[in-house]
Amino acid sequence: MAGTTRSRRKFLARVAALLALPAAAPRAARAQENTVDAMVRKLTAGAQITPGRVKLDLPALAENGNSVGLKVSIDSPMSATDFVRSIHLYAEKNPRPNIANFFLGPRSGRAQVVTRVRLAGTQNVLAIAALSDGSFWSDTAEVTVTNSACYDGS
Amino acid sequence: MTARVQVPRAARRGQPVEIRIAIQHPMETGFRRDDAGREIPKNVINRFVCRYDGVEVFRAEMGSGVAANPYLDFYTLADVSGELVFDWVDDEGKTGSERVPLVVSG
Amino acid sequence: MTLTLRACALLAAGLCHPVGAAPPSDRPQPLKSGVEFTGPDVRALQQDDIANPGMLWVEHGAQLWREAAGAQGKSCESCHGDASASMRGVATRYPLLDPGSARLINLEGRIMQCRERRQRAEPLRYESDELLALTAFVATQSRGMPKDVKVDWQVRRNFEAGRALYYRRIGQMNLACVNCHQENWGKQLGPETISQGHGVAYPIYRLEWQTLGSLQRRFRSCLSGVRAEMLPYGSPEFLDLELYLAWRAQGMPVETPGVRR
Repeated sequence: MAGTTRSRRKFLARVAALLALPAAAPRAARAQENTVDAMVRKLTAGAQITPGRVKLDLPALAENGNSVGLKVSIDSPMSATDFVRSIHLYAEKNPRPNIANFFLGPRSGRAQVVTRVRLAGTQNVLAIAALSDGSFWSDTAEVTVTNSACYDGS
Repeated sequence: MTARVQVPRAARRGQPVEIRIAIQHPMETGFRRDDAGREIPKNVINRFVCRYDGVEVFRAEMGSGVAANPYLDFYTLADVSGELVFDWVDDEGKTGSERVPLVVSG
Repeated sequence: MTLTLRACALLAAGLCHPVGAAPPSDRPQPLKSGVEFTGPDVRALQQDDIANPGMLWVEHGAQLWREAAGAQGKSCESCHGDASASMRGVATRYPLLDPGSARLINLEGRIMQCRERRQRAEPLRYESDELLALTAFVATQSRGMPKDVKVDWQVRRNFEAGRALYYRRIGQMNLACVNCHQENWGKQLGPETISQGHGVAYPIYRLEWQTLGSLQRRFRSCLSGVRAEMLPYGSPEFLDLELYLAWRAQGMPVETPGVRR
């Protein structure tokens, strides 16, 4: 659908442009604290995030936003000198966008985590990997979240 | 807290080992209200740690964006025969723990 | 609420014909489990015993099975021993007639009865973690076995009442179970594909509930869905309906614990 592709492109553009964001006034900054942009800026300290090496798998259509299967894997040798330090997940429209952070290391063997997340409606999900060399890599996935057909007052 | 863990009984040294765990917990978001309209306070498992032979090999810091009855599937490199110990704590301070032996050959 | 003409005809037919000789249109062809109407994510969840959240209640149930409770200091295990042997096939036969009370009883009811009368322990309530866990644990012992309820003259009235309710239009939306689950299964209702509504996977982990729930909870979901008057847990109407559903699902394998959206 053209609309969703546009929103995805806009989201990707925002992620890529994080380095270029101007400094915000204190009150506005507090209001922005809860946004993905602010959280990611805090994580990377302004460093560049490169799309790639990370693969974020979510179903294109989630049957229920209460529980959506998510798999994130990073192309990394996970050796003593070249490994993924941490993986950070964000859902742009969730009331608390930072879903979870996973901390790995050279003893992990494989940079892959599978879990189940809550998604408050159709939105983009962002995964950022912080590598041992200080670089940041990312992937995004768009998930359409449908509501139950019938009201459940059980 | 009831939890179910799956770890291969044995592994070869240097091989990545898949660990899967499901923990029974409502992961209460704090946004729900009860039938009387009162807010149900937030209570999620906020920290989960896996230690292998005493060393932390995986940690998850989680929020209300993780689904109820959290499920985690991650890896660790088979090194020495030892114990995998899983510990977690929720916002109320309640803790849970599981331990599973891992036999490593080679 | 008045009975529809069709329900009247069916009832009349039931009075004249032996139970079991219901019109073939009563049961969908072919019989399909609700899991076949879920998406790949949900289906994969049910088929994976570690990822299936319902298994956490089965696990808890296994612990409760061994725990002493009540004045007698007895556990389920004290009388019933190893559940995988003693409870095997049990869930396939419920609901059934409780000889003591001459009323229909479902698996939850039987567990509540044992708890109260034999263990002399505090009664368990519907949708409590303990009752859900024990029900799931017992039902899972019949996983894969075909549903096989006895519908004879002793439960004829319950069966007829259950079927009448199944065909009765209710609620603000004026819908009967049959309208969705018999006449329109496989079709879309909003984003969802309508199932045949069998109930052989219960108790289920419903993503909507974010917890395990009973078949009667699912009935209550549907009642609220069509904006009908709510019935309390343990209602005789629900038990009659459970019997009708179990008959309708005859031969289908028990799937507990199911996962649904």
